[in-house]
Amino acid sequence: MSDTAITEKATQTKTVVRLAGVSKVFGRGAHVVPALDNVTLDVPTGEFTCLIGASGCGKSTLLSLVAGLERPSAGEISVTARQVALMFQEPALFPWLTAQGNVELALRARGTGKSERRQRAAELLDLVRLNGFGAKRPHELSGGMRQRVALARALAQNADVLLMDEPFGALDAMTRDVMHDELDRIRDGRELTVLFVTHNVREAVRLGDRVVVMSSHPGRVAAEFAVPIPHPRRTDSAPVAELAATITDRLRAEVAR
Amino acid sequence: MIETLDELELIPPPHQDRRLVERVWTPLWPKLLAVVLVLAIWQLVHLTGWKKAIFPGPGAVLSSLWDQARTGLLWHAIGTTVQRAIIGFALAVLIGAVIGALVSRIRPLRAAVGSLITGLQTLPSIAWFPFAIILFGITNAAIMFVIVLGAAPSVANGLITGVDYTPPLLLRAGKMMGLRRLSLYRYLILPASLPAFVAGLRQGWAFAWRSLMAGELLVVIANRPSLGVLLSTDQDQADMVSATAIIIVILILGIIVHTLFSVADRAIRRRWGLDVQV
Repeated sequence: MSDTAITEKATQTKTVVRLAGVSKVFGRGAHVVPALDNVTLDVPTGEFTCLIGASGCGKSTLLSLVAGLERPSAGEISVTARQVALMFQEPALFPWLTAQGNVELALRARGTGKSERRQRAAELLDLVRLNGFGAKRPHELSGGMRQRVALARALAQNADVLLMDEPFGALDAMTRDVMHDELDRIRDGRELTVLFVTHNVREAVRLGDRVVVMSSHPGRVAAEFAVPIPHPRRTDSAPVAELAATITDRLRAEVAR
Repeated sequence: MIETLDELELIPPPHQDRRLVERVWTPLWPKLLAVVLVLAIWQLVHLTGWKKAIFPGPGAVLSSLWDQARTGLLWHAIGTTVQRAIIGFALAVLIGAVIGALVSRIRPLRAAVGSLITGLQTLPSIAWFPFAIILFGITNAAIMFVIVLGAAPSVANGLITGVDYTPPLLLRAGKMMGLRRLSLYRYLILPASLPAFVAGLRQGWAFAWRSLMAGELLVVIANRPSLGVLLSTDQDQADMVSATAIIIVILILGIIVHTLFSVADRAIRRRWGLDVQV
């Protein structure tokens, strides 16, 4: 009994994504543009980490590096996740497939058999509260619904690390609020590590266990804030607003520097 | 909460409860009007007496068309021509698609023959006939050869364009999902290139049809009536009425195929949500 507790404790503190002195430059020679400079960041298993910063702080580059879509110019990245999934600001759904088909393709890419694919995709659509919409094509769905299909597709990849690049940036405030609740609900009871990029400080505080503030040109880690506010949280609650104000000040100082 | 928001946000489906008669009639009447107008202008020109001895009026041509439609010869000729068109175009699509698929994926191959394909596309295919006739003689093969050379470059280029314009975001999403090489090609790049491919097919068809008509006029195979042979005979006999009637037949066949392509194009656009009117 106590053994299990210890193991659980151990997995909770295990680092799943580790960046050590990571730098990334684009271009070469005289036109070289530094995007990230000596970034060191540890993300423990199950943590919700928000990356925040002005444009040009390399947040999206950082996600691409963790996703393995790009290689760092210097430093080391170690990802010990089973599977990493990436979500963008655009849902990036395939317009020739239905919602169900989009989720099923992610399962097919992992070699899941046909009947299991169908069943699993239906379950995932159910999870993001889109049961009955499986036969719809992306263009027939609203922005929030498309982003939920994209989330179901990411979960279909059996990911334990979810990288989200301003996933709710294109949604209206009300839908975004509801999506925050949905994301909390879906993460509940799952060991899902999230690395979430946003430029919305309140969103970061609303969602994150930790908020990492990045400076721009080149991107560096400028400050880190723990978010000790208990769940369920609300974007418009006083503690969220208070911490958001502190972080915004820090962010402004970074931009002014 | 979220279900309520979903309901609010969903775009209501466009009204589809128009009656069948209305759906058919609304797009049809301007076309019919255009045909009537053309016939009227034609008749007017005929009435002015311009080149009266050789320029026929619509009445004579349409009655010739009616007479020819009741003999087996015209239908036989249409059969031959359409069969050649289908076989030639199918060959061109097959060859064009294979070349397009290879060229779009293999970089050195693209560097080597990419511009050659575009060059071939602009080469008037009728220029190939001396080459084809020397190579194959006055045979069906000569005609097929020119159809393929005329149409395959457009088909290949359509596919190459489609592959090139696969949205990078979708490619990133596909790669994150674990789609690699063949599976990436099969499940992502090929379906993503479908609209451009259909555009290439359409252009390829236009070239194939032109090549075929030129071929049937230049490569007249004995005892094998085709639309080109009928036209050629009319020219020899200075039968202006019949020649005009055959041109109308060719025009109608062209419009029918064009309509089929339009239907396919619209179906894809509807599927992909590209036809949403704002």
